Amino acid sequence: MDNPIPAIEILGLKKTYGELSAVNEVHLSVGRGEIFGLLGPNGAGKTTLLMMLATLLKPTSGDARVNGYSIISQPSHVRQSIGMVFQDPSSDELLSGYENLKLHALMYDVQWKSIDHRINNVMRLVDLEHRKHDKVKTYSGGMRRRMEIARGLLHQPAVLFLDEPTLGLDPQTREHIWKYIESLARETGMTIVLTTHYMEEAEKLCQRVAIIDYGKIIALDTTQNLKNRLAGDVVTLRGKLLEIDALRGLPFVRKIELQDGRIQITIENAGKNLKSLLLAAGEIEEVQVRSSDLNDVFLHFTGKEIRETEGDTLEHIRVMTTAKQSR
Amino acid sequence: MKPTHVLKGIYALWYREFKVFLNEQSRILSAVFLPMFWYFIFGSGVGSITTTGINYQHFIFPGFLAMTIIFSSLFNGAYIVWDKKIDFLKEVLIAPLSRTTIFVGKVVGGMTDALIQAFILIIIGTVIGIPFTIVNTLYTVFILFIFTIGLVSLGLIIGSFLESPESFGLVSSFVVYPLFLLSGALYPLDTLPAWMKVLTRLDPATFAVDGLRNVILGISSMSLIHDLSVLIAFDISLILIGTWAFNRMKL
Repeated sequence: MDNPIPAIEILGLKKTYGELSAVNEVHLSVGRGEIFGLLGPNGAGKTTLLMMLATLLKPTSGDARVNGYSIISQPSHVRQSIGMVFQDPSSDELLSGYENLKLHALMYDVQWKSIDHRINNVMRLVDLEHRKHDKVKTYSGGMRRRMEIARGLLHQPAVLFLDEPTLGLDPQTREHIWKYIESLARETGMTIVLTTHYMEEAEKLCQRVAIIDYGKIIALDTTQNLKNRLAGDVVTLRGKLLEIDALRGLPFVRKIELQDGRIQITIENAGKNLKSLLLAAGEIEEVQVRSSDLNDVFLHFTGKEIRETEGDTLEHIRVMTTAKQSR
Repeated sequence: MKPTHVLKGIYALWYREFKVFLNEQSRILSAVFLPMFWYFIFGSGVGSITTTGINYQHFIFPGFLAMTIIFSSLFNGAYIVWDKKIDFLKEVLIAPLSRTTIFVGKVVGGMTDALIQAFILIIIGTVIGIPFTIVNTLYTVFILFIFTIGLVSLGLIIGSFLESPESFGLVSSFVVYPLFLLSGALYPLDTLPAWMKVLTRLDPATFAVDGLRNVILGISSMSLIHDLSVLIAFDISLILIGTWAFNRMKL
């Protein structure tokens, strides 16, 4: 694990379609064993970036190194180094899970004698061992995603890419997949790079996050730092004769807002500072504490909510153009 | 890339095609029954008004062997369009295999399907009295083998350019019917008007049918060497075009 070469090093990658730049001079480095998230709205350029790293798309300019190999001059080494779980299912549903995995093992030159053994191992990891001989068309959406995650692990890649790993899955299945990804990271220590436009997903899984919009990285830090740096925790108080001026004087208070009878206070590190805040506040009837989430962070950096902005025509056109031209 | 990895890659693609093939019995049935249908109905009907000196049904049997190969080989190209649609192609194209390896694997897979169907037809032919012997069966399989390489490649080339399975059906029938109807599968080549003679000589299937008729029935317009040389030239050019087509294919 003490490999000094970063798992991924992106050196000014750029992809333009005519006037439109889908990915604009991105620089980024991802360390070994890291779970890294690319967070951004649809059409932000996340998938384009991922496809370039996976050598499926040629960059307009720039280069990147994956597991030390250049995506421009050593694509087949890069391919051997990565596992990819695509946004849309990419398995053959007429075959069984086992057959899909065997096909994959052969294409990645896994030694004959270890193929079955490895298939069993990865299928066990995603809890599909008992279904491995069933046709994929009998799997649920969540099972199929798990099978494809298992498939991505089969050749023991240095980096696993997950493109929107829980897109289109129901909330329960989503949590299930998260659990598998977490245990996978724990058990294998593998570098995982995932794209998502779900805040909870990035927050739950990723150690570091790059917020990407219009093809540019606009923020890059650990999820915790991003939140600390920005909003902190939000405490809402209700009560009589609250000592607002005293509260303003506290060093950890960032922002105080009055809203119909309540005070909303943004503070640093509620775990440590809540007690001092409450002592200073006076007579309190009700307290609510919520930690700020990535949504607040995203809002700050991009000036918009991350959820798909339906009715936002410009946005829509941009997404459509990107989709069309990347064919 | 290591040679063993290349072979494994070819085997992987063959493995998949073969598994899918085994799952689609209806396709095997239709591929075998369509020519038999033609053979009996068309063969009996037209046979009653022609005098070729030889049983007309026997005369057209080699043509129907070629027909089976033409239909199933070209149809195989639809799979690649289908693979694009279900995104399975991404899984294949992202693997550390060269496009040439992928192309060759697909060709071998498609050939297996087509040759199995042809083999079933040979067995049926033996039953209905086509004079198959061990020697001419080996020759037959050899000619079909050579013919299939080019045809499967042609199907894959068409498939690599198209986006929807529907358009594949349309485009491929523009190729399949001229290939079949101009091949002399249904009529002798020697008594044709000059302009049609030219057209039949532009159709690679003509040489396959002529070669098959030569080895099965002992009648032909050209020598076997001539037939095989044309077919091999056809194969080589289509493999080259196919490799190029696969290398330019994007997701």
